[in-house]
Amino acid sequence: MSLFYLVAFLSILFSLLVIFTKNPVHSVLYLIATFFTFTIHYILLNAQFLAVVNFIVYMGAIMVLFLFVLMLMNLNKDTEPVKSNLIKIIGVIAGGALLVTLVGASKALQTSAVSAGPNSEIGLVENLGKVLFNEFLLPFELSSLLLLSALVGAILLARKDKKTQNG
Amino acid sequence: MIMESLSGRKKVLEQKPMNFWERMYLPAIFKGMAITFMHMFKKKETIHYPEQEREFSENWRGMHSLKRDEQGRERCTACGLCALSCPAEAITMIAAEREKGEEHLYREEKYAAVYEINMLRCIFCGLCEEACPKEAIYLDGPIVPADYLRKDFIYGKDKLVEMPITELEALKGATV
Amino acid sequence: METAFLIEKTALVLVLFILTLTIAAYSTWAERKVAAWLQDRVGPNRAGIFGLLQPLADGGKMFFKEEIIPSGANKYLFVAGPSLALLVSFLGSAVLPFGDTIEIFGRTVPLQVTDINVGVLYIFGVVSLGVYGIMIGGWASNNKYSLMGAIRGASQNISYEIAMGLSIIALLLVTNSLSFKEIAAQQHGWHWNVLVQPLGFLIFLVCAFAETNRVPFDLPECETELIGGYQTEYSAFKMGAYMFAEYINMFVSSAVMAVLYFGGYNYPGMDAVNAMLGPTWGPLVGVAVMFIKIIAFIFFFMWVRWTVPRFRYDQLMDLGWKVLIPLAIANIVITAIVITVVDKL
Repeated sequence: MSLFYLVAFLSILFSLLVIFTKNPVHSVLYLIATFFTFTIHYILLNAQFLAVVNFIVYMGAIMVLFLFVLMLMNLNKDTEPVKSNLIKIIGVIAGGALLVTLVGASKALQTSAVSAGPNSEIGLVENLGKVLFNEFLLPFELSSLLLLSALVGAILLARKDKKTQNG
Repeated sequence: MIMESLSGRKKVLEQKPMNFWERMYLPAIFKGMAITFMHMFKKKETIHYPEQEREFSENWRGMHSLKRDEQGRERCTACGLCALSCPAEAITMIAAEREKGEEHLYREEKYAAVYEINMLRCIFCGLCEEACPKEAIYLDGPIVPADYLRKDFIYGKDKLVEMPITELEALKGATV
Repeated sequence: METAFLIEKTALVLVLFILTLTIAAYSTWAERKVAAWLQDRVGPNRAGIFGLLQPLADGGKMFFKEEIIPSGANKYLFVAGPSLALLVSFLGSAVLPFGDTIEIFGRTVPLQVTDINVGVLYIFGVVSLGVYGIMIGGWASNNKYSLMGAIRGASQNISYEIAMGLSIIALLLVTNSLSFKEIAAQQHGWHWNVLVQPLGFLIFLVCAFAETNRVPFDLPECETELIGGYQTEYSAFKMGAYMFAEYINMFVSSAVMAVLYFGGYNYPGMDAVNAMLGPTWGPLVGVAVMFIKIIAFIFFFMWVRWTVPRFRYDQLMDLGWKVLIPLAIANIVITAIVITVVDKL
């Protein structure tokens, strides 16, 4: 249990650092560290598949792209635009509203009856695959359609307009 | 715009689109790899330098040597023509007059008391050799060795003058 | 947890660690030797017989050279880059089985540090992390060439990870398992996966070259265009760390290929040998076979390096996205159809 608290503390620490560091590249690096602590959480819950997928997809792919884009833009402290007080106030209100929603939602929900202890085998590939492709086949396929449409949309946006290409 | 060939000898290379096998790259890659693999068994071209040396050509110009005549006397008379002809200004010398009793050391009445060649300046063109009226300097030595300090590249008479015949024979006798 | 178990694992980890370091060190020597042989030369032969002490000499040189950190560089990340590259490269070998279970002092010991049931995915994850070392180092150097190298590295790794993953999926259809231990055990004798998945192996091999940034996919360092890519500003041991990481990656990916496609510690006629030598020495022959396979793959990496020229960047992307990914998907479909048909019969 003490391991859990250590990892939890680290996750919170790193996520705070994500917000409070000025340099965007450092921010992304702390975000990677945060994701790494999440991976450890999954392992502690014996959800090996989720842990590895979190590792590959979030740390290995998405964050690399994040870092990629940030490095290309070469943002640093000097180029950061000064935000007006109005925007800051709006930000605080929006954040507060999100927090209230989250707290309210978690209060409204009951804790689920199925509690996956560290020894449960629910997170292993075999069990997860069976659940995903039997019970939750429709949502699974729908989410893949969602991804596909996002992909097509991105390609459409990235393609050059024929007129500008010729002109 | 297609450039017109002025000479009329321009060869237009025919570039056919690659066929399926060529587009696969793999056959070409395997061919290349077979070639490199065969080279593993070929005779190595390496000459292990300090132990083995490559033969020099006849007109190779290496380190200078100041010659002696048949009686073992230094031929150089410090006329300075070599220094004058040197395009890199690598040669300096100080002349001195031959004293009584030194006839067996120096052939002429005047000789070079100090004779220095800066090997970092020298371009091994061989003009000193050609300028010398006394046939006293030849670039017939080996490769000038590397060193750590600039001052060590200024070669004095200790390194340049040919060994006297007597000493040479003594050395030969010692090794035999 | 019993003490014997702890001792056993610690010993295994230490042996593996030292072995990895040795192989990586001698890969630098082998690389130069192979390059020399392929070019009709002799290669390093001054330090020790056959130049066998060359890695020590190189290591000593790296230690004692002056470390330079550019004044414009981000100091922490500049150091973090090579450290991360080296760290991540070591992680991979933890799940690889280097041999069958072996009986020592009356205990059966599996020659594998740990068998997690998502081993293949773990390797995949570790490989995908490898690019951070390059990216962070390249960005922190505050040099345009380094940044270009870092960006090339990132885009190349992401592109080839997809084809690699797809080629593994086809393999998983055959093996029905994500655990290296089981995959290795399934290939008993001569039932190597490469016989069932030749196309998958080819795709995996090409992707392995790309993931380890080896020629013909060494665009991130690419000394002719980018001076040294992400390594440009690095000197002394930090540069050595990057180089070491590359060779360790090569070792790990060779081991992965040997286990996934070439049967790992299995070899034809192993049953007879095991029966003859008993449960202690029999599996050790298997370990030797495994290492022969690994070394063969490492030699192959080097052989290709000194034969094939570097890809152009757009050709690299074309190959990855337009050739390898469709091929890998076709491979999955064909494999799936064949498996279904065979099951029905």
